[in-house]
Amino acid sequence: MSGHVLAELTVFVLSIFVGLEVISKVPTTLHTPLMSATNAIHGIVLVGALLVAGVADPKLGVAFSIVAVFLASLNVFGGFVVTERMLQMFKPRATPPVTQDGARKP
Amino acid sequence: MTSDVQALQTWIDAAYLITGVCFILGLRYLSTPKTARMGNRIAAAGMLLALVATALILDWSLWWIVAIGVVVGAVVGTYSARAVKMTAMPQMVALFNGAGGGAAALVSTAEIRQLLGSGGPLPADQALTIMLSSIIGSISFAGSIVAFLKLQEWMTGRPITYPGQQVVNGLILLVALGGAIVIVGNLAPSVVPLDPETVYFVGLAAALVLGVLFVLPIGGADMPVVISLLNSFTGLAAAMTGFVLGNNVLIISGALVGASGTLLTVLMGRAMNRSITNVLFGAFGSVKVAEGGAAAGSSGGDVRSASVDDVATMLAYAHQVVIVPGYGMAVAQAQHSVRDLAANLEKRGVEVKYAIHPVAGRMPGHMNVLLAEANVPYPQLYDMDDINPEFPRTDVALVIGANDVTNPAARNVPSSPIYGMPILDVDKAHNVVVLKRSMKPGFAGIDNPLYEEPNTVMLFGDAKKSVDDLTAAVKTL
Repeated sequence: MSGHVLAELTVFVLSIFVGLEVISKVPTTLHTPLMSATNAIHGIVLVGALLVAGVADPKLGVAFSIVAVFLASLNVFGGFVVTERMLQMFKPRATPPVTQDGARKP
Repeated sequence: MTSDVQALQTWIDAAYLITGVCFILGLRYLSTPKTARMGNRIAAAGMLLALVATALILDWSLWWIVAIGVVVGAVVGTYSARAVKMTAMPQMVALFNGAGGGAAALVSTAEIRQLLGSGGPLPADQALTIMLSSIIGSISFAGSIVAFLKLQEWMTGRPITYPGQQVVNGLILLVALGGAIVIVGNLAPSVVPLDPETVYFVGLAAALVLGVLFVLPIGGADMPVVISLLNSFTGLAAAMTGFVLGNNVLIISGALVGASGTLLTVLMGRAMNRSITNVLFGAFGSVKVAEGGAAAGSSGGDVRSASVDDVATMLAYAHQVVIVPGYGMAVAQAQHSVRDLAANLEKRGVEVKYAIHPVAGRMPGHMNVLLAEANVPYPQLYDMDDINPEFPRTDVALVIGANDVTNPAARNVPSSPIYGMPILDVDKAHNVVVLKRSMKPGFAGIDNPLYEEPNTVMLFGDAKKSVDDLTAAVKTL
């Protein structure tokens, strides 16, 4: 195992501990937004998709790259927007009711 | 020139570090409802920074690949996230999760094809992380799609089982792992007479099939566990992709998400008093639990059904009413009606509280989000441990579309499949009113002796309509 792999492994392991520490403080009420936010965060794989898009070979590679960038962007944008929508609803006090079906007009 | 590129790379790595910090702070701010929105925005800002930094070193000769992918992904993602109804949130989350897993697997696929194309043996550490990222990402992708189909009810939410299921899954897992071993050990074509790329794609296909097969036998009620687990898988796949590309921000973010998903999975399993293995392989809720039904049916109790006016009177003259929502409330989209009823009761001086079971609904915290959508203030929502001591001094427990999480058999029938699962002790309230479509058992497929208790009455019908009728009746009192 080369040195840089060990350095990366260190970052990985320590990040897991940070994650466990931070997330164990999130109350049940916010578990859905938490899941949705972490869902958006793993959209960071878009960075990876962008980096390999440049090295796509002409045949299969282009198709793979487009699909990879598409899926990762879907994850990032959808994830953050849906989390924002959920969090908008958490209010400490009651206010007049919103629309009946809950769907926002796009 | 090279030193310029190196200097740029250093700046980009610094930006990635800031992104990692943004994600950690964002999750930190998610720990209270007051700061949660800020947290989400900090995380989104971190994401934007990472993307802009990455754009600086892209090879833009194939810019149209990036343009098509990002634009279409952004438009579809933003549109669907804004248009989706709150009740359809779990499947939306499942779908975005699957997208991330699929992207991770494709990035690794592109990477291994490039490495193989350049000739020479693959370094073992790189091959290992490529295989892990592809296999975990593919399982997450295919599994999330099946979870989506189940939650959207485009396929049955019941467990799908067949003889030898475990054996078949085990064999497919062996194929995927075998492919990984061949690639990592550089055994193709020297030992295994196949092209390495073929071996890779066989492994990938096996992982996809495994993703489908592993979610098929899991019932709707266990979806909170599965969604958390798949979330954790995609996180790990992203982290492995980070190892493949030598990219720290992917490693940090993936590890955070992996940790979060794992923690939620464990919490959900604990809330049902079941091991994760039991959730994944138990096919819980397949329609085979005839014994439980017979035992409950022979207890000789009668099910009493009440009229809307009876229940409205009971509610209107109560001191304290505890509302127990379940998946049935989500299906009937009754959350706004429930809030109206609660508001009318509060106007009459009735204390209204909501009891939230950790696994009520189809994802962690599902009921909290739905009630928040209906403008129910979150301090009125109580966790299981906080509300259970309240039931003995509660006049009416109003159960709306919740079943298994209120089943007293979990407490006192050792032969019951859900025995030992912590439940909401609604049967200890003076009166229990159960709003239910019919006498059909819940997802666990077990009859609920609660319905035969002398202090329980049933109000049959669609949850939304029943609650609206109750509100109208309460207003006239």
